[in-house]
Amino acid sequence: MSGEGLTVRDLRVTFDGFTAVDGVDLDILPGDLRFLIGPNGAGKTTLVDAVTGLVRAGGSVRFGGEELLGRPVHRVARLGIGRTFQTATVFEELTVLQNLDIAAGAGRGPLTMLRRRKGVPEEVARALETTGLTDLRDRPAGVLAHGQKQWLEIGMLLVKDVRLLLLDEPVAGMSHDEREATGELLRRISGDRTVVVIEHDMDFMRSFARSVSVLHAGKVLSEGSVTEVQADARVQEVYLGRASEPEPAAVPVAEEA
Amino acid sequence: MTTTTPLAGKTATKPPVTEPPAPFLERFRVPGAFLLGALLLLGIAPLVLSDFRLSLLAKYLCYAIVAVGVSLAWGRGGLLVLGQGVFFGLGGYAMAMHLKLADAAVTGQTLPDFMQLYGTGDALPWWWKPFADPVFALAATVLLPMAVAALLGFFVFRRRVKGAYFAILSQALAAAFAIWLVGQQANTGGTNGLTDIQGFFGYALDDPVNQRMVYVVVAAVLLVLMAAARQLFVSRYGELLVAVRDSEERVRFLGYDPANVKLVAYVVAAGMAGLAGALFVPAVGIISPALIGVVPSIGFVIGAAVGGRASLLGAVLGAIAVAWTQSTLSDAYPAAWTYLQGLLFVVAVGFLPGGLASLVTVLRRKRRTHNPATEGAA
Ligand SMILES: Nc1ncnc2c1ncn2[C@@H]1O[C@H](COP(=O)(O)OP(=O)(O)OP(=O)(O)O)[C@@H](O)[C@H]1O
Ligand SMILES: [Mg+2]
Repeated sequence: MSGEGLTVRDLRVTFDGFTAVDGVDLDILPGDLRFLIGPNGAGKTTLVDAVTGLVRAGGSVRFGGEELLGRPVHRVARLGIGRTFQTATVFEELTVLQNLDIAAGAGRGPLTMLRRRKGVPEEVARALETTGLTDLRDRPAGVLAHGQKQWLEIGMLLVKDVRLLLLDEPVAGMSHDEREATGELLRRISGDRTVVVIEHDMDFMRSFARSVSVLHAGKVLSEGSVTEVQADARVQEVYLGRASEPEPAAVPVAEEA
Repeated sequence: MTTTTPLAGKTATKPPVTEPPAPFLERFRVPGAFLLGALLLLGIAPLVLSDFRLSLLAKYLCYAIVAVGVSLAWGRGGLLVLGQGVFFGLGGYAMAMHLKLADAAVTGQTLPDFMQLYGTGDALPWWWKPFADPVFALAATVLLPMAVAALLGFFVFRRRVKGAYFAILSQALAAAFAIWLVGQQANTGGTNGLTDIQGFFGYALDDPVNQRMVYVVVAAVLLVLMAAARQLFVSRYGELLVAVRDSEERVRFLGYDPANVKLVAYVVAAGMAGLAGALFVPAVGIISPALIGVVPSIGFVIGAAVGGRASLLGAVLGAIAVAWTQSTLSDAYPAAWTYLQGLLFVVAVGFLPGGLASLVTVLRRKRRTHNPATEGAA
């Protein structure tokens, strides 16, 4: 697992003169479960977009010794880097099994592609097991509950043996039990892999984060363990101080397109 | 459902009690339907239809072949292929050029009849020459459209041209091709197209027996292509194609290049349209710009839209039905057809995106949804 961590140096993303990510440095060790928090518009999603090749960025992002910036999206993905989106995007018209099978298959040759899938590939069965979706495997993904869609998305990363997962607000809109289940899931899958979670929910962060980075106005405001970050006065000022205590069906999802 | 099994030891030997009947029927539904179709097209139709009706059916089946490709590219891949006339035309002209040259050779001439009439010189244009070779010409009917589609698709999909822009581009290409053909009268027969074709690889086309043979070839090709398309639909590629249609961006994050996925569907559909055009020539005896321009290009997708573009059988039956309606109506009210065609398209795409085939599913789902448990979160 050596050298598989994520190293971000002086990352910058500008939209028409507006700097959304402003010189971010991050060192995320292999096997970490890093939470990325910060107020709305802090640049968290944009940071993940930059790492995964969705937006153009300056600076450097290295993972496992490879430079990621400048690669097209599908090439970044092939390096073992997977992400989810703030709004769950699964293939609604395909079944859970088909979703996972497609996710598993980016390296398949043309002959395999032209044949029908026979049975359940091993890695797909494992992902079904890990995410607890085995019983739902023949359901169209479109009918899954919100939380189940998020787990399916995570499962779609697991089948590929991703080494770095970037999850954008995976528990937004989930019930308390779903949050707990998701947290356990994240715990299980980190360790072997590096996991970065963008999150607004402070309780969730406190329960599951191994390390935390706080982003504010495109910059890293503070970094460290949960306790360290919570003790940081600047963090309390811009973030924790304000919307500290949770209203369960939280605000965060609403305004993002 | 909730089968509580207190006698675990006993039930363990045969757990999926509710499963067997459905897969059994499932398994024979598709091959059964296929055999039935083959029996109808190859066995019954030639017996009960007059020579005239059978050759009309051959023409409709050519449109149905185009619809098979449309179903793949548009129905499954979400590519609104509004320019299939180009590929149909390339296949048709490739075939017709060969047949015209063969006809001329029979009477000991080097130039097809229309060139002797409008031609400037007495030499065959260089790009006609290879079509004298039957193997080259036959290969070209499929490979030429595929090559053009590959080239076009490569640039279009890589630049992420989508939706309406792709449709408009396809239309423009069909228009340009038709205009070019008209302008090149000395080389292409202009507005008249290539007509008056006598023979088909040594068989005289005015002999009804040979016309029936052409019908059988068209029907057989349709059946084979439907089987091939069906295999594509159920393959992993078919699932991926639907995924690209649903969310291209997501597919990209999984490490695929959606441009390639779309390209395959587009190129295969173009090859099918080319083959359809090639078969159209002996079946109908003509290929002309009016058969491949903007209006016919829209016509090629309407059948699929009406019948159900995502359903292979729906698209094929829709294409046959629309072609039949057209030839019935357009004799009586030639102007009305164009409007009706546009109306059909709008209605089908706007109000019944799944086409008539989806009515079956909608009804079936209604019947099934007696227990509200299956109605999950939208
Ligand atoms: N494509 C874009 N064009 C212009 N500005 C953008 C674009 N994407 C994001 N921004 C801006 O960049 C800033 C950072 O946005 P980003 O989505 O990264 O925030 P975030 O930290 O993920 O916020 P949230 O918690 O609300 O999801 C915001 O001010 C946003 O308006
Ligand atoms: Mg965000």
